[in-house]
Amino acid sequence: MAALEFAANLLRYAAPVSIAALGESVSQKSGVINIGLEGQMLLAAFAATLVGSRTGNPWLALLAALLVGLVFAMIQGFFTLRLLVDQVVIGTAVNLFALGLTSTLFRVVFGQSGQLVSLPDLPKVFGPFDLGMVLLLPLAIGITWFLTRTKPGLALRGAGEYPAAVESAGYSVMGLRAGAIAFGGALAGLAGGYLAIASAGSFAENMTAGRGFVAIAMVTFGRWKPIWVFGASLLVGAAELTQFLLQAQAVGIPHQVFRAMPYVLALAVLVFVGKGTSVPMALGLPYRREK
Amino acid sequence: MKKVFPILAIALGLVLSLVLTLFAFGLDVPRSLGLIFDGALGNRFGLATALVRSTPLVLAGLGMVVAWRAGMFNIGGEGQYMMGALGGAWIAQILIPIAPAPVVNIAILLVGTVFGALFAAFAGWLQVSRGVQVVISTILLNFVAFEVVNWAIRGPLQEAKRQLPQTQSLPDAVMMMRFDPQTSLHSGVIFPLIAVGVVWVFLFVSKAGLKLRFVGDNQDAGKANQLPTGRIQISAMAWSGGLCGLAGTIDYVGLVGHLGSGHAQNWGFLAIPVALLGGLHPVGTLLSGLYFGVLFAGSENLARFTPIGTTIVYVIQAVAVLSFVAFPRLAGEWVKRTSAKKVALAGSPREGVE
Repeated sequence: MAALEFAANLLRYAAPVSIAALGESVSQKSGVINIGLEGQMLLAAFAATLVGSRTGNPWLALLAALLVGLVFAMIQGFFTLRLLVDQVVIGTAVNLFALGLTSTLFRVVFGQSGQLVSLPDLPKVFGPFDLGMVLLLPLAIGITWFLTRTKPGLALRGAGEYPAAVESAGYSVMGLRAGAIAFGGALAGLAGGYLAIASAGSFAENMTAGRGFVAIAMVTFGRWKPIWVFGASLLVGAAELTQFLLQAQAVGIPHQVFRAMPYVLALAVLVFVGKGTSVPMALGLPYRREK
Repeated sequence: MKKVFPILAIALGLVLSLVLTLFAFGLDVPRSLGLIFDGALGNRFGLATALVRSTPLVLAGLGMVVAWRAGMFNIGGEGQYMMGALGGAWIAQILIPIAPAPVVNIAILLVGTVFGALFAAFAGWLQVSRGVQVVISTILLNFVAFEVVNWAIRGPLQEAKRQLPQTQSLPDAVMMMRFDPQTSLHSGVIFPLIAVGVVWVFLFVSKAGLKLRFVGDNQDAGKANQLPTGRIQISAMAWSGGLCGLAGTIDYVGLVGHLGSGHAQNWGFLAIPVALLGGLHPVGTLLSGLYFGVLFAGSENLARFTPIGTTIVYVIQAVAVLSFVAFPRLAGEWVKRTSAKKVALAGSPREGVE
């Protein structure tokens, strides 16, 4: 029983990063690096808080979060795909916008000091596990299957490797990338919603606290393979959980070592293993159709 | 005239995005503008705050200018800012017992700058020699920097009583000079002005700057002309990190006097839009940094009278960046489409076909 509780706690910490990272891996496979992930998560977390606290229904809150993530990802996608604005520039702007908007609105809607908002929790579907935790692994497997076993999945990966070839095979690179961005945005929204509803049960200014960036890093760490990305996100959850356990037991190792570990490991993997063949070749590059 | 027009357009856009954002949040626009003006420019307290807030924005913004001009998308300004302050706090702890205050002050600034520079140069080196993109590595290194600081302020650099997670407060003699003890204005606000001059000379007068911009515009052409592309990119990152580190150090030794985990209040991230809105030009960055310093100081006053706080400045910045990257391209697209239509109507077979 204790083991199950531990697993549920681990997943509660790991799920937001994990969900966002799985969406981001699809987006990156199509050649789009979503620096605005952090902002999309934060906006979605706020939307979930707003809807959750008003309706008391966690599912409506998650739906609102999903939609907000999707809409902002599509707006960002319009800038990068259609107007060919640099992906880093636009992502940075979205992050700032989200941080400013949610912090300001939170104080306006929930009062100056930001009194504690309590949100309806997700119901448990299996022992201590809620639906989000149960669906994580199937989601990772499903994405793997889509990317490796289906024609659109193959085309999507092609858009991230050699877009011109995909275009000449009759696919629209812009369409494929727009689809990938939409999927990534919807998952970023769910991740932010889950963070507010299930992980924290409340909202706080800048509550994502870098988790969107962590998710981007975990995609790299997981070598762009959904299952590995899921594993890497579990490591982040474990690092977050261990620091609480260690703080309680006052072990000699500073807990910052554990907190820094996922990032140092991700960097080490990149440095020593190299990028290998799994990094999409056209990642971050805009695609302009040949006229 | 050719140069004046875009500057006017940007200035007008910056004011417009301020007014529109205030309006969108349902604020009384003239009254809010009055509060912002009073808070930043109304008296010497406001002016001091505005200059002090601009200082890290301009310095780190200049850092972004150098890196981005070289094609290095440094988004690790926040981590480099923290590492700078950490370097300063480290050397302060060593030197305070043994060296006179002015020496300690200068040592803090130097070591802080070097810490930031080395931290960023490491990310540059990772890209050049190991192919790890700066965009990814600087994200990772930001977290590493935060954790290193978190560890240091609870470990070797913690204050003498070992109660608070922060470093020992610097003695007044070591801090930057205060012109007026009632305001927060310190002599460190001169550094952005000096840095603008230095970066301008480096980028537009020196040969190294010419090479840097050349590599940034076209890496392959740089390689073809046998420029040491990698070395230039690493040195651009070092410049960038040095300026961000200096920003963190000056806030440490000028304003706060101690280092805590909340030292970097997003200045490193905010530097990116400041540099972008400054047209990635040193003088433009100075102006846009001053403008946002004024807005931060003014919105602190706005927060006293309305539920709206300084976070509204983030929205204003984001809206400004989005409109400046979007409008020219949207307009371009619109011109293209309408002219294509006209051509099609005129029945030109060549232009009408995609």
